[in-house]
Amino acid sequence: MFTETEHGKTNRRRELLARWALGFIVATMILPLVLIVGYLVVRAWPLLSWDFLFTNPTHGMRQGGIWSALLGTLYLVTLALAIAAPVGVLAAVYLNEYARENWLTRVINLAVVNLAGVPSIVHALFGLGAFVLFANMGRSILAASLTLAIMTLPVIIASTKEALSAVPQSFREACWNVGATRWQAIRGIVLPNSISGILTGVILQVSRTAGETAPIMFTGAVFYKKIAEGDPFAYSIWDQCMALSMHLFTITTQVTDAPEALPFATAVVLLGTVLLVNTTSIIFRTVLRSHKRW
Amino acid sequence: MPETTPSNVAVSVRDLTVCYGPNQVLRGVSFDVEPHEIFAVIGPAQSGKSTLLKCLNRTLELIPAARSTGTVMVEGKDVRSVKDVHALRRRVGMVAPLPVGLPLSIYDNVAFAPRAAGLRKRDELDELVERCLSQAALWDEVKDRLHTLGTKLSGGQQQRLTIARALSHRPSILCLDEFSIAIDPVTTMRIEEVLRELRREMTIVLVTNLVQQARRLGDHTLFLYNGEVAEVGKNEVVFSDRPLNSKTYDYVNGIFG
Repeated sequence: MFTETEHGKTNRRRELLARWALGFIVATMILPLVLIVGYLVVRAWPLLSWDFLFTNPTHGMRQGGIWSALLGTLYLVTLALAIAAPVGVLAAVYLNEYARENWLTRVINLAVVNLAGVPSIVHALFGLGAFVLFANMGRSILAASLTLAIMTLPVIIASTKEALSAVPQSFREACWNVGATRWQAIRGIVLPNSISGILTGVILQVSRTAGETAPIMFTGAVFYKKIAEGDPFAYSIWDQCMALSMHLFTITTQVTDAPEALPFATAVVLLGTVLLVNTTSIIFRTVLRSHKRW
Repeated sequence: MPETTPSNVAVSVRDLTVCYGPNQVLRGVSFDVEPHEIFAVIGPAQSGKSTLLKCLNRTLELIPAARSTGTVMVEGKDVRSVKDVHALRRRVGMVAPLPVGLPLSIYDNVAFAPRAAGLRKRDELDELVERCLSQAALWDEVKDRLHTLGTKLSGGQQQRLTIARALSHRPSILCLDEFSIAIDPVTTMRIEEVLRELRREMTIVLVTNLVQQARRLGDHTLFLYNGEVAEVGKNEVVFSDRPLNSKTYDYVNGIFG
Protein backbone atom coordinates (compact mmCIF):
# COMPACT_ATOMS: atom_id res chain seq x y z
CA MET A 1 0.00 0.00 0.00
CA PHE A 2 1.10 3.53 -0.83
CA THR A 3 4.45 2.49 -2.30
CA GLU A 4 5.90 5.16 -4.53
CA THR A 5 5.64 4.48 -8.24
CA GLU A 6 8.16 5.62 -10.86
CA HIS A 7 5.63 8.21 -11.98
CA GLY A 8 5.19 9.43 -8.44
CA LYS A 9 8.95 9.89 -8.05
CA THR A 10 9.15 11.91 -11.26
CA ASN A 11 6.30 14.09 -10.11
CA ARG A 12 7.98 14.70 -6.79
CA ARG A 13 11.28 15.64 -8.46
CA ARG A 14 9.49 18.02 -10.81
CA GLU A 15 7.60 19.60 -7.96
CA LEU A 16 10.86 20.19 -6.10
CA LEU A 17 12.54 21.56 -9.21
CA ALA A 18 9.66 23.94 -9.90
CA ARG A 19 9.65 25.22 -6.35
CA TRP A 20 13.39 25.92 -6.31
CA ALA A 21 13.55 27.35 -9.82
CA LEU A 22 10.66 29.75 -9.23
CA GLY A 23 12.05 30.70 -5.82
CA PHE A 24 15.43 31.42 -7.37
CA ILE A 25 13.87 33.68 -9.98
CA VAL A 26 12.05 35.65 -7.30
CA ALA A 27 15.35 36.00 -5.41
CA THR A 28 17.17 37.32 -8.49
CA MET A 29 14.41 39.91 -8.81
CA ILE A 30 14.46 41.08 -5.23
CA LEU A 31 18.22 41.03 -4.68
CA PRO A 32 19.10 43.80 -7.19
CA LEU A 33 16.29 45.92 -5.77
CA VAL A 34 17.65 45.57 -2.25
CA LEU A 35 21.19 46.23 -3.47
CA ILE A 36 20.21 49.35 -5.39
CA VAL A 37 18.20 50.85 -2.57
CA GLY A 38 20.90 49.89 -0.05
CA TYR A 39 23.65 51.40 -2.21
CA LEU A 40 21.66 54.61 -2.69
CA VAL A 41 21.03 55.01 1.03
CA VAL A 42 24.66 54.31 1.96
CA ARG A 43 26.00 56.81 -0.58
CA ALA A 44 23.40 59.42 0.36
CA TRP A 45 23.84 58.99 4.09
CA PRO A 46 26.17 61.97 4.77
CA LEU A 47 23.61 64.43 3.38
CA LEU A 48 20.33 62.99 4.63
CA SER A 49 18.71 65.14 7.30
CA TRP A 50 15.49 67.06 7.92
CA ASP A 51 17.30 70.20 6.93
CA PHE A 52 18.09 68.66 3.55
CA LEU A 53 14.38 68.15 2.94
CA PHE A 54 13.25 71.59 4.03
CA THR A 55 15.85 73.97 2.59
CA ASN A 56 16.21 75.25 -0.95
CA PRO A 57 19.23 74.36 -3.04
CA THR A 58 21.96 77.00 -2.82
CA HIS A 59 25.28 77.84 -4.46
CA GLY A 60 24.25 76.84 -7.95
CA MET A 61 22.66 73.70 -6.50
CA ARG A 62 25.95 72.51 -5.09
CA GLN A 63 24.79 72.96 -1.51
CA GLY A 64 21.59 73.26 0.50
CA GLY A 65 18.61 70.97 0.33
CA ILE A 66 15.93 70.03 -2.16
CA TRP A 67 12.82 71.64 -0.68
CA SER A 68 11.63 73.40 -3.82
CA ALA A 69 12.03 70.24 -5.90
CA LEU A 70 10.35 68.02 -3.32
CA LEU A 71 7.38 70.34 -2.98
CA GLY A 72 7.19 70.73 -6.77
CA THR A 73 6.98 66.97 -7.25
CA LEU A 74 4.29 66.69 -4.58
CA TYR A 75 2.28 69.41 -6.34
CA LEU A 76 2.66 67.79 -9.75
CA VAL A 77 1.78 64.27 -8.60
CA THR A 78 -1.17 65.36 -6.49
CA LEU A 79 -2.65 67.63 -9.10
CA ALA A 80 -2.05 65.19 -11.97
CA LEU A 81 -3.75 62.33 -10.12
CA ALA A 82 -6.53 64.57 -8.83
CA ILE A 83 -7.32 65.23 -12.49
CA ALA A 84 -6.58 61.81 -13.98
CA ALA A 85 -8.08 59.51 -11.35
CA PRO A 86 -11.69 60.75 -11.39
CA VAL A 87 -11.78 61.26 -15.14
CA GLY A 88 -10.14 57.91 -15.81
CA VAL A 89 -12.30 55.97 -13.37
CA LEU A 90 -15.53 57.51 -14.62
CA ALA A 91 -14.53 56.93 -18.25
CA ALA A 92 -13.80 53.30 -17.43
CA VAL A 93 -17.16 52.97 -15.68
CA TYR A 94 -18.83 54.27 -18.81
CA LEU A 95 -16.88 51.98 -21.13
CA ASN A 96 -17.35 48.90 -18.98
CA GLU A 97 -20.89 49.40 -17.69
CA TYR A 98 -22.80 51.54 -20.16
CA ALA A 99 -21.20 51.44 -23.61
CA ARG A 100 -22.73 48.99 -26.02
CA GLU A 101 -20.52 46.67 -27.97
CA ASN A 102 -20.21 48.41 -31.33
CA TRP A 103 -17.51 49.75 -33.62
CA LEU A 104 -17.27 53.08 -31.78
CA THR A 105 -16.62 51.37 -28.45
CA ARG A 106 -14.05 49.13 -30.07
CA VAL A 107 -12.30 52.14 -31.58
CA ILE A 108 -12.26 53.88 -28.20
CA ASN A 109 -10.87 50.80 -26.47
CA LEU A 110 -8.22 50.43 -29.13
CA ALA A 111 -7.29 54.09 -28.73
CA VAL A 112 -6.99 53.69 -24.96
CA VAL A 113 -4.67 50.72 -25.30
CA ASN A 114 -2.53 52.49 -27.89
CA LEU A 115 -2.37 55.73 -25.94
CA ALA A 116 -1.01 53.78 -22.98
CA GLY A 117 1.94 52.86 -25.17
CA VAL A 118 2.78 56.35 -26.42
CA PRO A 119 6.26 57.47 -25.26
CA SER A 120 6.21 60.18 -22.61
CA ILE A 121 8.20 62.61 -24.78
CA VAL A 122 5.30 62.61 -27.25
CA HIS A 123 2.93 63.45 -24.43
CA ALA A 124 5.34 66.25 -23.52
CA LEU A 125 5.09 67.75 -27.00
CA PHE A 126 1.32 67.41 -26.91
CA GLY A 127 1.23 69.15 -23.54
CA LEU A 128 3.44 71.94 -24.83
CA GLY A 129 1.20 72.50 -27.82
CA ALA A 130 -2.18 72.01 -26.17
CA PHE A 131 -1.81 73.43 -22.67
CA VAL A 132 1.19 75.74 -22.66
CA LEU A 133 0.61 77.38 -26.04
CA PHE A 134 -2.94 76.78 -27.28
CA ALA A 135 -4.74 77.01 -23.93
CA ASN A 136 -2.34 79.81 -23.03
CA MET A 137 -1.55 78.43 -19.59
CA GLY A 138 2.11 79.15 -20.06
CA ARG A 139 4.71 76.91 -18.51
CA SER A 140 3.12 76.19 -15.16
CA ILE A 141 2.35 73.51 -12.60
CA LEU A 142 -1.16 73.32 -14.04
CA ALA A 143 0.06 72.71 -17.60
CA ALA A 144 2.61 70.14 -16.42
CA SER A 145 0.05 68.34 -14.26
CA LEU A 146 -2.43 68.23 -17.11
CA THR A 147 0.25 66.72 -19.33
CA LEU A 148 1.05 64.10 -16.70
CA ALA A 149 -2.67 63.45 -16.29
CA ILE A 150 -3.11 62.86 -20.02
CA MET A 151 -0.18 60.49 -19.89
CA THR A 152 -1.61 58.42 -17.01
CA LEU A 153 -5.26 58.49 -18.13
CA PRO A 154 -5.15 55.53 -20.53
CA VAL A 155 -3.40 53.34 -17.99
CA ILE A 156 -5.90 54.26 -15.28
CA ILE A 157 -8.78 53.59 -17.66
CA ALA A 158 -7.37 50.20 -18.62
CA SER A 159 -6.68 49.08 -15.05
CA THR A 160 -10.05 50.36 -13.79
CA LYS A 161 -11.87 48.48 -16.55
CA GLU A 162 -10.00 45.37 -15.51
CA ALA A 163 -11.08 45.84 -11.89
CA LEU A 164 -14.70 46.48 -12.89
CA SER A 165 -14.96 43.45 -15.12
CA ALA A 166 -13.66 41.29 -12.26
CA VAL A 167 -16.98 41.87 -10.46
CA PRO A 168 -19.19 38.92 -11.43
CA GLN A 169 -21.88 39.75 -13.99
CA SER A 170 -24.39 37.80 -11.89
CA PHE A 171 -24.27 40.58 -9.26
CA ARG A 172 -25.34 43.15 -11.83
CA GLU A 173 -28.08 40.88 -13.14
CA ALA A 174 -29.35 40.29 -9.61
CA CYS A 175 -29.60 44.06 -9.15
CA TRP A 176 -31.37 44.63 -12.47
CA ASN A 177 -33.79 41.82 -11.70
CA VAL A 178 -35.06 43.63 -8.62
CA GLY A 179 -35.65 46.81 -10.58
CA ALA A 180 -32.40 48.64 -9.83
CA THR A 181 -31.05 51.01 -12.47
CA ARG A 182 -27.61 50.54 -13.92
CA TRP A 183 -26.30 53.36 -11.76
CA GLN A 184 -27.84 51.88 -8.60
CA ALA A 185 -26.12 48.59 -9.37
CA ILE A 186 -22.81 50.36 -10.02
CA ARG A 187 -23.04 52.55 -6.96
CA GLY A 188 -24.33 49.84 -4.62
CA ILE A 189 -22.44 46.77 -5.76
CA VAL A 190 -19.92 47.18 -8.57
CA LEU A 191 -17.85 50.11 -7.30
CA PRO A 192 -17.63 49.05 -3.64
CA ASN A 193 -16.37 45.66 -4.77
CA SER A 194 -13.82 46.88 -7.27
CA ILE A 195 -12.46 49.89 -5.40
CA SER A 196 -9.35 48.09 -4.19
CA GLY A 197 -8.46 47.04 -7.73
CA ILE A 198 -9.17 50.53 -9.02
CA LEU A 199 -6.89 52.02 -6.35
CA THR A 200 -4.10 49.61 -7.26
CA GLY A 201 -4.13 50.97 -10.80
CA VAL A 202 -4.07 54.55 -9.55
CA ILE A 203 -1.31 53.85 -7.00
CA LEU A 204 0.95 52.42 -9.67
CA GLN A 205 0.64 55.69 -11.52
CA VAL A 206 1.96 57.67 -8.55
CA SER A 207 5.48 56.37 -9.04
CA ARG A 208 5.27 56.85 -12.78
CA THR A 209 4.08 60.43 -12.43
CA ALA A 210 6.74 61.24 -9.86
CA GLY A 211 9.49 59.71 -11.94
CA GLU A 212 8.73 61.12 -15.39
CA THR A 213 10.96 63.96 -16.49
CA ALA A 214 10.20 64.47 -20.15
CA PRO A 215 6.55 65.60 -19.91
CA ILE A 216 7.25 68.25 -17.29
CA MET A 217 10.49 69.52 -18.78
CA PHE A 218 8.65 71.29 -21.61
CA THR A 219 5.53 72.24 -19.72
CA GLY A 220 6.33 73.56 -16.27
CA ALA A 221 9.45 72.29 -14.55
CA VAL A 222 12.44 74.57 -14.27
CA PHE A 223 16.12 74.27 -13.61
CA TYR A 224 16.08 76.36 -10.45
CA LYS A 225 13.51 78.13 -8.36
CA LYS A 226 13.65 79.57 -4.89
CA ILE A 227 10.54 79.34 -2.71
CA ALA A 228 9.61 79.99 0.91
CA GLU A 229 11.23 77.24 2.95
CA GLY A 230 8.95 74.96 4.94
CA ASP A 231 5.76 76.54 3.56
CA PRO A 232 3.65 73.81 1.94
CA PHE A 233 1.70 76.43 -0.04
CA ALA A 234 4.77 78.09 -1.50
CA TYR A 235 3.71 77.30 -5.09
CA SER A 236 0.61 78.45 -6.94
CA ILE A 237 -0.62 76.28 -9.79
CA TRP A 238 0.33 79.05 -12.24
CA ASP A 239 3.96 78.99 -11.08
CA GLN A 240 6.73 77.06 -12.65
CA CYS A 241 8.31 74.63 -10.26
CA MET A 242 11.27 72.41 -9.65
CA ALA A 243 10.77 68.66 -9.57
CA LEU A 244 12.82 65.85 -8.05
CA SER A 245 13.21 63.86 -11.25
CA MET A 246 14.34 66.89 -13.22
CA HIS A 247 16.55 68.06 -10.34
CA LEU A 248 18.28 64.70 -10.31
CA PHE A 249 18.86 64.97 -14.03
CA THR A 250 20.23 68.49 -13.67
CA ILE A 251 22.67 67.87 -10.86
CA THR A 252 24.07 64.73 -12.42
CA THR A 253 24.53 66.11 -15.92
CA GLN A 254 24.58 69.91 -15.81
CA VAL A 255 26.18 70.86 -12.51
CA THR A 256 29.86 70.14 -12.21
CA ASP A 257 31.63 69.59 -8.91
CA ALA A 258 28.46 68.96 -6.92
CA PRO A 259 29.16 66.89 -3.79
CA GLU A 260 29.03 63.20 -4.59
CA ALA A 261 26.28 62.43 -2.10
CA LEU A 262 23.89 65.04 -3.54
CA PRO A 263 22.45 63.06 -6.48
CA PHE A 264 22.19 59.99 -4.28
CA ALA A 265 20.36 61.92 -1.59
CA THR A 266 18.00 63.36 -4.20
CA ALA A 267 17.30 59.88 -5.55
CA VAL A 268 16.63 58.58 -2.04
CA VAL A 269 14.16 61.38 -1.40
CA LEU A 270 12.40 60.69 -4.71
CA LEU A 271 12.25 57.01 -3.90
CA GLY A 272 11.14 57.72 -0.34
CA THR A 273 8.35 60.03 -1.50
CA VAL A 274 7.00 57.41 -3.89
CA LEU A 275 7.29 54.68 -1.26
CA LEU A 276 5.53 56.84 1.30
CA VAL A 277 2.62 57.61 -1.02
CA ASN A 278 2.41 53.98 -2.14
CA THR A 279 2.52 52.61 1.40
CA THR A 280 -0.23 54.93 2.52
CA SER A 281 -2.40 53.92 -0.41
CA ILE A 282 -1.65 50.24 0.09
CA ILE A 283 -2.67 50.43 3.75
CA PHE A 284 -5.82 52.25 2.66
CA ARG A 285 -6.46 49.57 0.07
CA THR A 286 -5.91 46.74 2.52
CA VAL A 287 -8.48 48.28 4.81
CA LEU A 288 -10.91 48.45 1.89
CA ARG A 289 -10.12 44.95 0.76
CA SER A 290 -10.81 43.50 4.17
CA HIS A 291 -14.39 44.51 3.43
CA LYS A 292 -14.41 42.57 0.19
CA ARG A 293 -17.36 40.35 0.45
CA TRP A 294 -17.42 37.31 -1.71
CA MET B 1 -56.59 31.65 -28.91
CA PRO B 2 -58.40 34.89 -28.15
CA GLU B 3 -57.17 37.96 -29.98
CA THR B 4 -57.56 40.32 -27.06
CA THR B 5 -56.35 39.51 -23.61
CA PRO B 6 -58.93 39.29 -20.87
CA SER B 7 -57.97 41.46 -17.92
CA ASN B 8 -58.15 38.56 -15.49
CA VAL B 9 -55.01 37.06 -16.97
CA ALA B 10 -51.73 37.59 -15.14
CA VAL B 11 -49.41 36.95 -18.05
CA SER B 12 -50.33 36.61 -21.67
CA VAL B 13 -47.78 35.79 -24.33
CA ARG B 14 -48.59 35.81 -28.06
CA ASP B 15 -46.35 34.70 -30.91
CA LEU B 16 -43.20 35.40 -28.98
CA THR B 17 -40.09 34.88 -31.06
CA VAL B 18 -36.59 35.56 -29.77
CA CYS B 19 -33.27 35.43 -31.59
CA TYR B 20 -29.76 35.72 -30.21
CA GLY B 21 -28.00 36.88 -33.34
CA PRO B 22 -28.65 34.17 -35.90
CA ASN B 23 -29.89 31.65 -33.29
CA GLN B 24 -33.63 31.46 -32.94
CA VAL B 25 -34.38 30.31 -29.39
CA LEU B 26 -38.14 30.91 -29.15
CA ARG B 27 -40.49 30.35 -32.10
CA GLY B 28 -43.99 31.72 -31.88
CA VAL B 29 -44.67 30.92 -28.25
CA SER B 30 -48.19 31.70 -26.96
CA PHE B 31 -49.76 30.95 -23.59
CA ASP B 32 -51.73 32.50 -20.73
CA VAL B 33 -51.08 32.42 -17.02
CA GLU B 34 -54.03 32.84 -14.67
CA PRO B 35 -53.75 34.91 -11.50
CA HIS B 36 -52.71 33.03 -8.36
CA GLU B 37 -51.79 29.86 -10.13
CA ILE B 38 -48.48 28.08 -10.24
CA PHE B 39 -47.58 27.86 -13.90
CA ALA B 40 -44.81 25.38 -14.56
CA VAL B 41 -42.53 25.45 -17.60
CA ILE B 42 -40.63 22.26 -18.39
CA GLY B 43 -38.42 21.23 -21.25
CA PRO B 44 -34.92 19.99 -21.98
CA ALA B 45 -31.86 22.24 -21.76
CA GLN B 46 -31.58 24.86 -24.53
CA SER B 47 -35.31 24.84 -25.16
CA GLY B 48 -35.64 28.54 -24.31
CA LYS B 49 -37.12 28.37 -20.81
CA SER B 50 -34.85 30.98 -19.25
CA THR B 51 -35.18 33.24 -22.28
CA LEU B 52 -38.92 33.10 -21.85
CA LEU B 53 -38.62 34.44 -18.30
CA LYS B 54 -36.28 37.20 -19.44
CA CYS B 55 -39.02 38.45 -21.76
CA LEU B 56 -41.45 38.84 -18.86
CA ASN B 57 -39.37 41.43 -17.00
CA ARG B 58 -37.60 42.77 -20.08
CA THR B 59 -34.14 41.80 -18.91
CA LEU B 60 -33.79 40.31 -22.38
CA GLU B 61 -32.97 43.75 -23.71
CA LEU B 62 -29.84 43.80 -21.53
CA ILE B 63 -28.41 41.05 -23.73
CA PRO B 64 -26.81 42.91 -26.64
CA ALA B 65 -27.57 40.50 -29.50
CA ALA B 66 -31.11 39.57 -28.43
CA ARG B 67 -34.11 40.53 -30.61
CA SER B 68 -37.73 39.66 -29.95
CA THR B 69 -41.08 39.95 -31.73
CA GLY B 70 -44.60 39.19 -30.54
CA THR B 71 -46.35 40.53 -27.49
CA VAL B 72 -45.92 39.91 -23.79
CA MET B 73 -48.70 41.27 -21.60
CA VAL B 74 -48.23 41.47 -17.86
CA GLU B 75 -51.46 42.25 -16.02
CA GLY B 76 -53.04 43.44 -19.23
CA LYS B 77 -50.22 45.79 -20.18
CA ASP B 78 -47.87 45.23 -23.10
CA VAL B 79 -44.42 45.18 -21.50
CA ARG B 80 -42.95 46.89 -24.55
CA SER B 81 -45.08 49.97 -23.92
CA VAL B 82 -44.06 50.17 -20.27
CA LYS B 83 -42.19 53.43 -19.77
CA ASP B 84 -40.65 52.69 -16.37
CA VAL B 85 -38.97 49.35 -16.97
CA HIS B 86 -37.69 49.33 -13.38
CA ALA B 87 -41.26 49.44 -12.07
CA LEU B 88 -42.07 46.50 -14.36
CA ARG B 89 -39.15 44.55 -12.92
CA ARG B 90 -40.46 45.22 -9.44
CA ARG B 91 -43.88 43.82 -10.47
CA VAL B 92 -42.24 40.70 -11.91
CA GLY B 93 -39.93 39.13 -9.33
CA MET B 94 -37.14 36.93 -10.64
CA VAL B 95 -35.16 34.20 -8.91
CA ALA B 96 -32.09 32.99 -10.79
CA PRO B 97 -30.96 29.33 -11.04
CA LEU B 98 -27.80 29.79 -9.00
CA PRO B 99 -28.33 31.71 -5.78
CA VAL B 100 -26.69 35.12 -5.98
CA GLY B 101 -26.18 36.59 -2.56
CA LEU B 102 -25.15 40.15 -3.18
CA PRO B 103 -21.95 41.02 -1.33
CA LEU B 104 -23.93 42.89 1.30
CA SER B 105 -25.30 42.00 4.71
CA ILE B 106 -28.37 39.78 4.86
CA TYR B 107 -30.42 42.81 5.82
CA ASP B 108 -29.07 44.94 2.98
CA ASN B 109 -29.63 42.12 0.50
CA VAL B 110 -33.33 42.23 1.21
CA ALA B 111 -33.47 46.02 1.64
CA PHE B 112 -31.62 46.65 -1.63
CA ALA B 113 -34.66 46.70 -3.90
CA PRO B 114 -36.93 48.78 -1.63
CA ARG B 115 -34.11 51.27 -1.17
CA ALA B 116 -33.55 51.40 -4.91
CA ALA B 117 -37.26 52.13 -5.23
CA GLY B 118 -36.91 55.02 -2.80
CA LEU B 119 -37.95 53.57 0.56
CA ARG B 120 -35.79 55.14 3.27
CA LYS B 121 -37.72 54.88 6.54
CA ARG B 122 -35.86 52.58 8.87
CA ASP B 123 -38.87 51.08 10.63
CA GLU B 124 -40.67 50.30 7.38
CA LEU B 125 -37.53 48.67 6.02
CA ASP B 126 -37.11 46.63 9.21
CA GLU B 127 -40.66 45.39 8.97
CA LEU B 128 -40.34 44.59 5.26
CA VAL B 129 -37.08 42.70 5.73
CA GLU B 130 -38.58 40.59 8.51
CA ARG B 131 -41.71 39.85 6.50
CA CYS B 132 -39.81 38.83 3.34
CA LEU B 133 -37.33 36.66 5.21
CA SER B 134 -40.21 34.98 7.07
CA GLN B 135 -42.09 34.38 3.84
CA ALA B 136 -38.96 32.80 2.38
CA ALA B 137 -38.64 30.53 5.47
CA LEU B 138 -35.28 32.02 6.37
CA TRP B 139 -36.09 34.41 9.21
CA ASP B 140 -35.65 31.96 12.08
CA GLU B 141 -32.22 30.93 10.85
CA VAL B 142 -30.82 34.41 10.34
CA LYS B 143 -32.71 36.75 12.65
CA ASP B 144 -29.79 36.95 15.08
CA ARG B 145 -27.20 37.75 12.41
CA LEU B 146 -28.92 40.07 9.97
CA HIS B 147 -25.80 42.16 9.64
CA THR B 148 -23.46 39.39 8.62
CA LEU B 149 -22.67 38.84 4.97
CA GLY B 150 -25.31 37.24 2.78
CA THR B 151 -22.57 35.57 0.75
CA LYS B 152 -21.49 33.58 3.81
CA LEU B 153 -24.79 31.69 3.97
CA SER B 154 -25.05 28.13 2.70
CA GLY B 155 -26.33 27.50 -0.81
CA GLY B 156 -29.84 26.64 0.30
CA GLN B 157 -30.01 29.64 2.59
CA GLN B 158 -28.72 31.91 -0.16
CA GLN B 159 -31.42 30.63 -2.48
CA ARG B 160 -34.06 31.51 0.11
CA LEU B 161 -32.32 34.85 0.52
CA THR B 162 -32.74 35.52 -3.21
CA ILE B 163 -36.40 34.60 -2.88
CA ALA B 164 -36.72 37.03 0.02
CA ARG B 165 -35.02 39.66 -2.16
CA ALA B 166 -37.42 38.96 -5.01
CA LEU B 167 -40.32 39.36 -2.59
CA SER B 168 -38.95 42.60 -1.16
CA HIS B 169 -40.23 44.69 -4.06
CA ARG B 170 -43.76 43.29 -3.65
CA PRO B 171 -44.11 41.54 -7.00
CA SER B 172 -47.47 40.33 -8.23
CA ILE B 173 -45.78 37.72 -10.39
CA LEU B 174 -42.87 35.66 -9.12
CA CYS B 175 -40.70 33.85 -11.66
CA LEU B 176 -38.33 31.14 -10.53
CA ASP B 177 -35.74 29.74 -12.90
CA GLU B 178 -34.73 26.24 -11.79
CA PHE B 179 -34.41 27.34 -8.20
CA SER B 180 -33.56 23.85 -6.96
CA ILE B 181 -30.55 23.32 -9.21
CA ALA B 182 -27.99 24.06 -6.51
CA ILE B 183 -29.72 23.01 -3.34
CA ASP B 184 -30.50 19.84 -1.44
CA PRO B 185 -33.85 18.00 -1.57
CA VAL B 186 -34.87 19.03 1.94
CA THR B 187 -34.43 22.72 1.20
CA THR B 188 -36.18 22.19 -2.12
CA MET B 189 -39.19 20.79 -0.29
CA ARG B 190 -39.17 23.74 2.12
CA ILE B 191 -39.13 26.21 -0.75
CA GLU B 192 -41.92 24.30 -2.49
CA GLU B 193 -43.92 24.72 0.71
CA VAL B 194 -43.10 28.42 0.62
CA LEU B 195 -44.36 28.66 -2.96
CA ARG B 196 -47.67 27.01 -2.05
CA GLU B 197 -48.09 29.69 0.61
CA LEU B 198 -47.09 32.51 -1.69
CA ARG B 199 -49.55 31.68 -4.43
CA ARG B 200 -52.31 33.15 -2.29
CA GLU B 201 -50.68 36.52 -2.76
CA MET B 202 -49.16 36.26 -6.21
CA THR B 203 -48.89 34.37 -9.46
CA ILE B 204 -45.94 32.04 -9.77
CA VAL B 205 -44.16 31.06 -12.97
CA LEU B 206 -41.87 28.15 -12.26
CA VAL B 207 -39.26 27.03 -14.76
CA THR B 208 -37.95 23.66 -13.73
CA ASN B 209 -35.87 20.76 -14.93
CA LEU B 210 -37.59 18.46 -12.51
CA VAL B 211 -40.67 17.06 -14.16
CA GLN B 212 -41.94 15.80 -10.81
CA GLN B 213 -41.66 19.28 -9.36
CA ALA B 214 -43.89 20.63 -12.11
CA ARG B 215 -46.34 17.79 -11.49
CA ARG B 216 -46.35 18.40 -7.72
CA LEU B 217 -46.67 22.17 -7.78
CA GLY B 218 -48.19 23.26 -11.05
CA ASP B 219 -51.77 23.99 -12.00
CA HIS B 220 -50.88 24.32 -15.64
CA THR B 221 -47.71 23.14 -17.30
CA LEU B 222 -46.06 24.32 -20.48
CA PHE B 223 -43.79 21.88 -22.24
CA LEU B 224 -41.28 23.84 -24.26
CA TYR B 225 -39.33 21.91 -26.83
CA ASN B 226 -36.83 23.46 -29.22
CA GLY B 227 -38.23 26.93 -28.65
CA GLU B 228 -41.79 25.87 -29.48
CA VAL B 229 -44.77 25.08 -27.32
CA ALA B 230 -45.05 21.31 -27.55
CA GLU B 231 -47.97 21.33 -25.18
CA VAL B 232 -49.62 23.59 -22.65
CA GLY B 233 -52.53 22.66 -20.45
CA LYS B 234 -53.86 21.56 -17.12
CA ASN B 235 -51.55 19.26 -15.19
CA GLU B 236 -54.21 16.53 -15.21
CA VAL B 237 -53.86 16.42 -18.98
CA VAL B 238 -50.14 17.10 -19.42
CA PHE B 239 -49.14 14.45 -16.90
CA SER B 240 -51.84 11.95 -17.86
CA ASP B 241 -51.35 8.83 -19.90
CA ARG B 242 -52.74 10.64 -22.92
CA PRO B 243 -51.38 14.17 -23.26
CA LEU B 244 -52.17 16.01 -26.48
CA ASN B 245 -48.65 15.57 -27.77
CA SER B 246 -47.02 12.16 -27.61
CA LYS B 247 -43.65 13.88 -27.09
CA THR B 248 -44.95 15.20 -23.79
CA TYR B 249 -45.66 11.69 -22.61
CA ASP B 250 -42.17 10.58 -23.60
CA TYR B 251 -40.49 13.55 -21.90
CA VAL B 252 -42.52 13.34 -18.73
CA ASN B 253 -41.87 9.65 -18.43
CA GLY B 254 -38.20 9.92 -19.22
CA ILE B 255 -38.25 7.97 -22.47
CA PHE B 256 -36.97 10.78 -24.60
CA GLY B 257 -34.64 10.86 -27.50
